[in-house]
Amino acid sequence: MLLGFFNHLRRAGLPVSTTEHLNLLEGLSKDVGVLDLNRFYLFSRLCLIKDESLYDRFDQVFKDYWAGRESAFDLNINSIPDDWLKLANKDALTDEQKAMVEAMGGWEKLMETLAKRLEAQKEEHHGGSKWIGTRGTSPFGHGGYNPEGVRIGGPGRQGRAVKVWEQRRYKDLDGTRELGTRDFKVALRSLRKLTRDGRPDTLDLDQTIRATAQNAGLLDIKMRAERRNAVNVLLLLDVGGSMDYHTALCEQLFSAARSEFKHLEHYYFHNFIYEKVWRNNNRRHNDTIPLPDLIRTYGKKYRVIFVGDATMSPYEVLAEGGSVEHWNQEPGAIWMQRLQQHFAHCVWLNPEKSDYWQTTPSIRVIKELMQDRMFTLSVNGIQDAIEALKTPMVPTAPLN
Amino acid sequence: MTNPDYIITDELQQAVDAALTLERPLLVKGEPGTGKTQLAIEIAQRLDAPLFQWHVKSTTRAHQGLYEYDAVSRLRDSQLGDERVKDISNYILHGVLWDAFTCDQCAVVLIDEIDKADIEFPNDLLQELDRMSFNVYETRETITARQRPLVIITSNNEKELPDAFLRRCFFHYIAFPDKNTMEKIVEAHYPDIKKDLLKSAMDVFFDLREVPGLKKKPSTSELLDWLKLLIADDLPAGTLASDELRTVLPRMHGALLKNEQDVHLFERLIFLHKQRQR
Repeated sequence: MLLGFFNHLRRAGLPVSTTEHLNLLEGLSKDVGVLDLNRFYLFSRLCLIKDESLYDRFDQVFKDYWAGRESAFDLNINSIPDDWLKLANKDALTDEQKAMVEAMGGWEKLMETLAKRLEAQKEEHHGGSKWIGTRGTSPFGHGGYNPEGVRIGGPGRQGRAVKVWEQRRYKDLDGTRELGTRDFKVALRSLRKLTRDGRPDTLDLDQTIRATAQNAGLLDIKMRAERRNAVNVLLLLDVGGSMDYHTALCEQLFSAARSEFKHLEHYYFHNFIYEKVWRNNNRRHNDTIPLPDLIRTYGKKYRVIFVGDATMSPYEVLAEGGSVEHWNQEPGAIWMQRLQQHFAHCVWLNPEKSDYWQTTPSIRVIKELMQDRMFTLSVNGIQDAIEALKTPMVPTAPLN
Repeated sequence: MTNPDYIITDELQQAVDAALTLERPLLVKGEPGTGKTQLAIEIAQRLDAPLFQWHVKSTTRAHQGLYEYDAVSRLRDSQLGDERVKDISNYILHGVLWDAFTCDQCAVVLIDEIDKADIEFPNDLLQELDRMSFNVYETRETITARQRPLVIITSNNEKELPDAFLRRCFFHYIAFPDKNTMEKIVEAHYPDIKKDLLKSAMDVFFDLREVPGLKKKPSTSELLDWLKLLIADDLPAGTLASDELRTVLPRMHGALLKNEQDVHLFERLIFLHKQRQR
C-alpha cells in the first residue's frame, strides 16, 4: 500500500527517492506519523518532499491517492502487517519467545487473531490486556510483553475535520506557475554558478602556508581568483502588440533581473529583431541603436536573453520587408543569426504557454532559429533557460 | 524554561519530534521573519540541551565547522622557541560540530542560512552529518559523536541545495502564520493590547500583505514593531478601520513598508481607488 503511494508520487513527477521512502518506513516503524492520516500526511511530507514549491502537487497527489482509503489506512498503516510481519519473522525469535508465541496458539493463529482484533476494535485503547493499544499486555501494540511482538500504533479515530492537504495552502508556491519577483530572483541567481572565473590575483593564505610547509619552509606563494559575480546579461524585450497581455510578468522578470545582475543591459524590439533596437520605449522612433553597434559594444561573454511571445506572421521573421512597422532590407532571421554568431549564449523566454507553441508557426520557426533554446517565462522555465545559458550554441551556416 | 513569546505550530512540533526520533537533520525554510533561527534556540531551551550555533556566511567553508589548523600561530611559536609547538593538537581550533560531537549531553546544532555559503558547502558536510564523525588529518584522530546531536539547518532559498544533501534531511516549510496564530504571537508579545486595536491592526496588516506587487511584504517582526508604535501612541482602534486602507496610508506605515517604491505603489493604488469612487 505504501509502495503504491510511492509509485503514485513518482508517476506524478515528484522527485522522491528510495532512500526517502525507506526513511518513511523507518519512521513508521518507530511510531512516527502513525495514529491518523493527518499525522501521516505531515510525516510523509517531511520525509519525501524537499522543496516547498512541490507542496501543492504533493497535496493533490496525497488527496488523490488516499481519498476513499482512509479506513484502509487505519488498518494498514497502523498495523502495516505486510511489511512488519516479515520483519518480525518467526525465525528471528528466541526459543523463549517462540514458546510464548506457541502459548498463543502458534504463529498462524497469532496473525489471525491480530486481523480479527484489528477489525473488531474501532477505538483507541491504552492499557488493558486484550485490545490493541499501548502499554497493554496484549501481544499486539507497543509496550506489549510479547517480545519483538507486532508493533502497532492505535487505530485512528473515525471522523475527522477538514484535511490539511485538501486546503491546498501551498498553491502559491508551485514552481510551474508564474510568480513574483522573489521567485524569479531565486531562479536567476543560479546563473551565479558560472561566474567563478578570472585571473588569480589574491593571495591564498591557507594554500601558501601548506605549500610552504611542504616546501620545507621555503616560501611558496599561491594565488587564487577572487570570487565575483562577473556575469553580463543583455536583455532584449519585445514590447507592444500582443506583448501587452504579458506586461506584468515581464516587469517582474525585469525587476528581478535588475537586482540580480550588476551588469545588465536592456533594449527593446517589436515582434522580432531587425537592424535596430532601442533603449527607451518612449523615444523609440528617434533614439534607436543599430544592431551592429550593439554587437560591437558588448563582448562575446554577454549572455543574451530574448523575451517575447514570438507570435506573429512567419514572414516577419523570414522575409525582407516583413516587419509590421518599417521596411526591413534584410529578414529578421539573418539579424538573429548575426547576433548569435557574436553572442554564443542566447536563450528565448516566451510568456506564452507552451501548449500553444506547436500550433503557432512563428514560434516553431523562432524556436528552430534558437536551436530549441526557447523556454516558458515561469520559474521552471527560467531555471532551464539558465542551464542552457551555460553552454554555447553551435554555430550554424549563414542563411545567405 | 520555555519562552512564552515563541509560538510553535502543531506541524512544526511534529516535524521536530520526527527529527529527534529518527535522528535526522531538519532543514527549515520559510519567509523571512517566521522564526527559523529562533526555532533552534527554542528547542535547545525546551530540551535543556546545549546549543551550538554556526552562522554561515558567503566565505564560510565546511571544514571550519569541524576544526581549523592554526598554522600561523604555530609558525610564530616555533620562531620563539615555545614548548607548545611540539604538540600539534595545541594548534587545532575546534569548530562548532567538534564541540557538539564531544558534548556529554545530546546537543542542538544550528547551521544558520546554509544557502549563503558556496554551493559545494552542503555536499562537503554530507559525510559528517550522516555518520556524525570526521577525521582530523593533522593529529590522525577520529572524532565521533557521543550522542547524535539534533541538527537544525535554516535556508533562505538563495541557492538550491544539492539533491544528495536534501535526501538526508527532513524538510519543513514554515508557512506564514495565519490570523489565529498571528494573534497568539502578538498576544504573547503584548499581553495588554486592546482587543479592538489588535483586530483592526491585523486586518490592515493582512490586507496590506495582499496588495499585489509589493517589493517586500511586511513580516511578523514588522507587525510587532508597528504595534509597538501604535501602543505607544495609545491610538483608538477607530483610526485603523480596515476599509480606510484603501483611502489613506495606515498610520506609522514606515514600520510596515520599508521601501520607497512600495510606499509609492501604495499611494498610487489609493489614488486609483479614490478616482474610481468618484
